Amino acid sequence: MNRAPLGLRIAAAAGLLFLHLPLALIFLYAFTTEERSYQFPPPGYTLEWFAVAWNRPDIWAALGLSVRVAATATAIALVLGTLAAAAVARSRFFGRDSVTLLIILPIALPGIVTGIALRSAYSLADIPFSFWTIVVGHATFCIVVVYNNAVARLRRTSGSLVEASMDLGADGFQTFRHVVLPQLSTALLAGGMLAFALSFDEVIVTTFTAGQQTTLPIWMLSELIRPRQRPVTNVVAAMVIAVTFLPILAAYYLTRDGDRIAGQGK
Amino acid sequence: MAALPIDGRDGALRRLSDRLVARPRLLVALFLAPPLLWLGVVYLGSLVALLAQSFFSIDEFSGLIVREWTLKTYGELFRPANLDIIGRTVTMAALVTLVGAVIAFPIAYYAARYARGRTKALFYLAVMLPLWSSYLVRVYAWKLILAREGILAWATERTGTTPLLDAWLALPVVGGPSLSISYTGTFLVFLYLWLPFMILPIQAALERVPGSLLEASADLGARPGQTLRKVILPLALPGVVAGSIFTFALTLGDYITPQIVGSSTLYIGQAVYTLQGTAGNIPLAAAFSVVPIAIMVGYLAVAKRMGAFDAL
Amino acid sequence: MTDPAALSAVRFRGVSRHFGATRAVDGVDLDIAPGAFFAMLGPSGSGKTTCLRLIAGFEQPDAGSIEIFGAPMTGVPPYRRSVNTVFQDYALFPHMTVGANVAYGPMVRGVPRAEREARARELLALVALSGFEDRRPAQLSGGQRQRVALARALINEPKVLLLDEPLGALDLKLREQMQVELKSLQRRLGITFVFVTHDQSEALSMADRIAVFNEGRIVQVGAPDEVYERPQTRFVADFVGGSNVVEPDAAERLGLPRGLYSLRPEKIRLGEIGFAGTVETTLYQGAQRRVVVAVGSDRLAVVAPAERGPLPVGSAVRLFVPPGAAHRMEG
Repeated sequence: MNRAPLGLRIAAAAGLLFLHLPLALIFLYAFTTEERSYQFPPPGYTLEWFAVAWNRPDIWAALGLSVRVAATATAIALVLGTLAAAAVARSRFFGRDSVTLLIILPIALPGIVTGIALRSAYSLADIPFSFWTIVVGHATFCIVVVYNNAVARLRRTSGSLVEASMDLGADGFQTFRHVVLPQLSTALLAGGMLAFALSFDEVIVTTFTAGQQTTLPIWMLSELIRPRQRPVTNVVAAMVIAVTFLPILAAYYLTRDGDRIAGQGK
Repeated sequence: MAALPIDGRDGALRRLSDRLVARPRLLVALFLAPPLLWLGVVYLGSLVALLAQSFFSIDEFSGLIVREWTLKTYGELFRPANLDIIGRTVTMAALVTLVGAVIAFPIAYYAARYARGRTKALFYLAVMLPLWSSYLVRVYAWKLILAREGILAWATERTGTTPLLDAWLALPVVGGPSLSISYTGTFLVFLYLWLPFMILPIQAALERVPGSLLEASADLGARPGQTLRKVILPLALPGVVAGSIFTFALTLGDYITPQIVGSSTLYIGQAVYTLQGTAGNIPLAAAFSVVPIAIMVGYLAVAKRMGAFDAL
Repeated sequence: MTDPAALSAVRFRGVSRHFGATRAVDGVDLDIAPGAFFAMLGPSGSGKTTCLRLIAGFEQPDAGSIEIFGAPMTGVPPYRRSVNTVFQDYALFPHMTVGANVAYGPMVRGVPRAEREARARELLALVALSGFEDRRPAQLSGGQRQRVALARALINEPKVLLLDEPLGALDLKLREQMQVELKSLQRRLGITFVFVTHDQSEALSMADRIAVFNEGRIVQVGAPDEVYERPQTRFVADFVGGSNVVEPDAAERLGLPRGLYSLRPEKIRLGEIGFAGTVETTLYQGAQRRVVVAVGSDRLAVVAPAERGPLPVGSAVRLFVPPGAAHRMEG
């Protein structure tokens, strides 16, 4: 393959820079000594704000709630997304396209619609805001992430593996344990990590379903609207980026090779 | 045959398995029931309840919701001020989509055609990381960039382009007192936020164009520009449409970005948010949220016909 | 012929399987004798693979009944049948080693580890893959994968072994070698082999009985020479070995009683006597040449030994049809 034309290379590089410079800037600002403004270049650099942020109980509380919500929502999404994928990937049934559409809908419709719909449903049903009102919303839009990963893997896995297992004497449950689950495991792990990252960062739906509770993104949002201590916000922003990078990288490496191996045969 | 001694075990699970294997439809139904119940009851149920409330109205004196079927609220929705909000939001979504596609295309094209091995993985990650990383933090980054004392002001000053920036800000509509209080600022942030959602589907569509097709086009005498227009762009179109589903849906529903970066004019998301919150006008908020739903349903129908779902 | 009183390894009675409006299998009766090497031959979409899947239990018939060694199979799931399958794409479990793949059958039946591993080693030795236990399927060549699939299918000591286009993915040389090996393996084990193929030469050389499928039905069952020499229908004559189908009018011109005939190209002699014709096309095939000769308004395919020399297009030849060379068909 010949080299790309110069214009194309410049355009692609500029596009990627546009995507990444702002993120780099976040990290730079985490070390600034400037407290009152967003001055560039920073007048000095310090690690002080990491210590200040570390000792803030409100941040730890928000982080704790976010992690618990994300873990619970991910667990629910893993079960529901895998079941839906198993049904859709292997069979053609009446209404199959509608099922797919229903699963995609929570991310295809604007988040604010999901949020306000849930909130008005809660108020109609007289359900008070709680940990679970947040989880229900998050699980709903996390299903599609798990589903996409699982469906992609199932489609790439040779269909005769399940038949081969049953042919050799394994019943449905044994086949699931020894063949289907090992085939799916890395895809599910990846889907779970992405679902976790999605839930961990979600703010639009959460503002409608959280009531007075503060998740980390809601904490962040209130700092954005009414900044109290800018350097602390800078530090939290940088940490959030760093922490969400890990599951995304892991998810990438988990699905990278697996999907090729599973496609052997045909 | 069931009596053959091929199997030492014959537990309850195996007998259950016998029943399920003999009835594949039942098995599919069992798989589908929990996710469908969840999405059907929790999600669709809430949506329907919301839509139903758009046919209620609000008593102007007491501020209470009148639970009688009426189209009054929709009449209110189509007031000029609200139509303004809808028009502004849709225009913004369309611009973000268009410019996003233009910026996304070279990245996607390079990644699909020229990047191999390590470079390809790097490209993929370079798009995935911003896509999945925190939305709020990425908005925050632009608050830093566009600030009066921020990097953009610093850069224009250093390069002597401040007059250019000022001239742009002096323009009607797109201009404003500063970039962070202008349509241009809002546009830049939206563009930044949703760009990865545009790149991935275009790349997926381009990956499916076999290289031999381009060689065939060149072989038949097409110049590179002609190949681009006549072969590559039409085949990339489903990817662009798939990407635009996201850019559109995300812009239509966002109420945070324009609140943080932008002039104080409202977008659909903000209107819904304020109406249901401080104003307590749930019926009008519901009617307002029907607008993005209607736009997206129409959009999805067109996208499906164009084969965009395969590029998702 | 099968003694109707004897137990069939596989018996189909009026079996049909429809997919929507498509009749994949349409009223098939079939008896496969124990210990047979049975080929199901037909073009793609003729129903042969669906028949195989019906025997394995991956499909259930919409009508009719299937028995395996006298036991009715209605509602019996694949894992309760003493039938095993070698899949067309081998379907080796990619996340398991070769050893674990072969030992899978005993494993799900609860055979202790040491015992099933020893058994897997035996089977791998049988297919000449000793020492490959710890490899992954992805590290094997196509031929090796096929042997693993074979060992895995044989470890449960099935009464019937099903092979779905077993040699389809192999190159020519390997294919010929595997034909010989499969044949001798079947003789040694004495298991009933049922294999599906669209390759008539494979069916003829390996099977001791062939069922020819077309459009969901069996059009002829018989020993290979029987099917080859005495095709009953136009379809069989044409599909098995590319015979000349001689229409009634043409038969009269060739001096035969009026009727539909199959005339094998290799039975026609090119020489000094017989009908005068002109060479229309000629295909060099190494040991022989396949020539189409125009005799008046008729076209006949003829096989000539290569040493007969080149037969350029347009050259004049004479065709001799020995008495009894043409086989009269039903219609």
